[in-house]
Amino acid sequence: MAEKILLQLEGVQTHIGRYHILHGVDLSVPEGGLTVLLGRNGAGKTTTLRTVMGLWRASAGRILFDGTDIAAMATPDIARLGIAYVPEAMGIFTGLTVRENLLLATTAGRFDDARLDAVFALFPVLKTKWHDAAGGLSGGQKQMLAISRAMVEQRRLMIVDEPTKGLAPAVIEHLIGGFHTLKQSRTTILLVEQNFHMARSVGDSVAVMDDGRVVHAGTMADLAGDEALQGRLLGLSLAAHQ
Amino acid sequence: MKRDLTPWLLLPIVALAMLPLMSFSTWLTLTIAGAAMGMMLFLMASGLTLVFGLMDVMNFAHGAFITLGAYLAVTVLGRLSGWGGPDSLAWNLAALAVAVTTGAIATGAVGAVFERVIIRRVYGSHLQQILITMGGLIVAGQLVIVLWGAQPLQVAKPVLLRGSFLLGGAAIETYRLVAVVLGLLVFGIAYLVLNRTRIGLLVRAGVENREMVEALGFRIERLFVAVFVAGAALAGIGGVMWGGYQEVVTATIGDEMTVLIFIVIIIGGLGSVTGCFQAAVLVGLTTNYVGYLTPKLALGSNIALMVLVLLWRPRGLFPVAKQ
Repeated sequence: MAEKILLQLEGVQTHIGRYHILHGVDLSVPEGGLTVLLGRNGAGKTTTLRTVMGLWRASAGRILFDGTDIAAMATPDIARLGIAYVPEAMGIFTGLTVRENLLLATTAGRFDDARLDAVFALFPVLKTKWHDAAGGLSGGQKQMLAISRAMVEQRRLMIVDEPTKGLAPAVIEHLIGGFHTLKQSRTTILLVEQNFHMARSVGDSVAVMDDGRVVHAGTMADLAGDEALQGRLLGLSLAAHQ
Repeated sequence: MKRDLTPWLLLPIVALAMLPLMSFSTWLTLTIAGAAMGMMLFLMASGLTLVFGLMDVMNFAHGAFITLGAYLAVTVLGRLSGWGGPDSLAWNLAALAVAVTTGAIATGAVGAVFERVIIRRVYGSHLQQILITMGGLIVAGQLVIVLWGAQPLQVAKPVLLRGSFLLGGAAIETYRLVAVVLGLLVFGIAYLVLNRTRIGLLVRAGVENREMVEALGFRIERLFVAVFVAGAALAGIGGVMWGGYQEVVTATIGDEMTVLIFIVIIIGGLGSVTGCFQAAVLVGLTTNYVGYLTPKLALGSNIALMVLVLLWRPRGLFPVAKQ
């Protein structure tokens, strides 16, 4: 049976001011898997994620989420479809406590104990910092909080933008463990990542972007095993990204 | 969560530093007068700091809500003058409570219309906000003249709230004490709403990062309207109390407070209600102490206070992180 596509972008174009950033992005995100979006800086990865979330408006094309075109929907309505977004800057509310940051991500304003236990099992440090201001957390802890915010309720799709950026290797390993746990729960994830060690460890499928378009789509295993393809798509061996 | 308590030390430091410069009874009178003025400043400014913090809107027409509140004090207390006789303090307070409630509701309603008709069109453009709200302030001033006339009007302050009583040898005005109680009450409610409710949590989050609040599934524009209406209502309450304090109301009563209000919200930290409270009391105390010691320096002292605070904390006493 063919895998179900949860998120489908068809010819999506995005302008920011007078700049034409996305030139017709076609992308499929299979349900229950982790799709990695690769590409050099400025290829349009973050713009793609922000366009999906409605934070920047698509000027052309369709964005289908479970068959519904969400391209013209407002950001809060898109989020309420069950799409969680972890931006590159993490979007942590530094003046709020860890608890308050997570509470904001619940639709009913209260925690599901089982899911909270799962978050604590994955990132125990958040339990110890529960009543601390999020602004006092380290970079890695903030990233854990940002990802936990997307996990604290069942989401249909998680969109995560470069979670490893600026983090120490030990913290990255911890995050990789977190993504493996998320994959076990069959959460669909669209991940932008520059760290190939991370991408290869967690990715099921991959799309490579260049100049505002997807120039390659396939399985992560195929890309990881083909250095020539890596060189052609990304300009250098993916091993060099580690 | 660790709270930054250092700025709170400023209040006792300023108050105690003035004690050697005057007699205790004078100091006590000025301190309570300063606290009362601070509470009224807090009422007038708290809405503006939230509107700026959450909506990034520079509303120079905020003074119009204060003016409207002051004129409503004239009208309502005039109509209820029968309650304001010397027989019952309860009826005196009831008359003031009706004026305050009317002021809050009416200015809140005007605020809702103002946000919908004017402010909503200029989100994101500070220059347009300044121009259009300054224009709105002028139009509002003229509308007040059309409705109430150009002559200064007397506020029929309830009789038992006009006098004063002796405390430790100091004469304490009853009305100022009422202003202190009301200011503390409003601050307490605002603090609880902001820190103990979900809508308060959303407002605090929205002040920091509007985009992320939307990405979590919340419609921030509804919060905008709620905060703007609440801000206008608070200004209306402040206007009623300030009108009663001044006893004579003119069409520029709100405009005249604008500079002081901006000093308060800058000292407090834009977007911080706690900072606004602390700054308002600090400005109220400074105005009264300096006004007594060297009257010509009263306004200048507040600007100097702002400069000193900004040198110490460039984003105000309780800065709100913005992303």
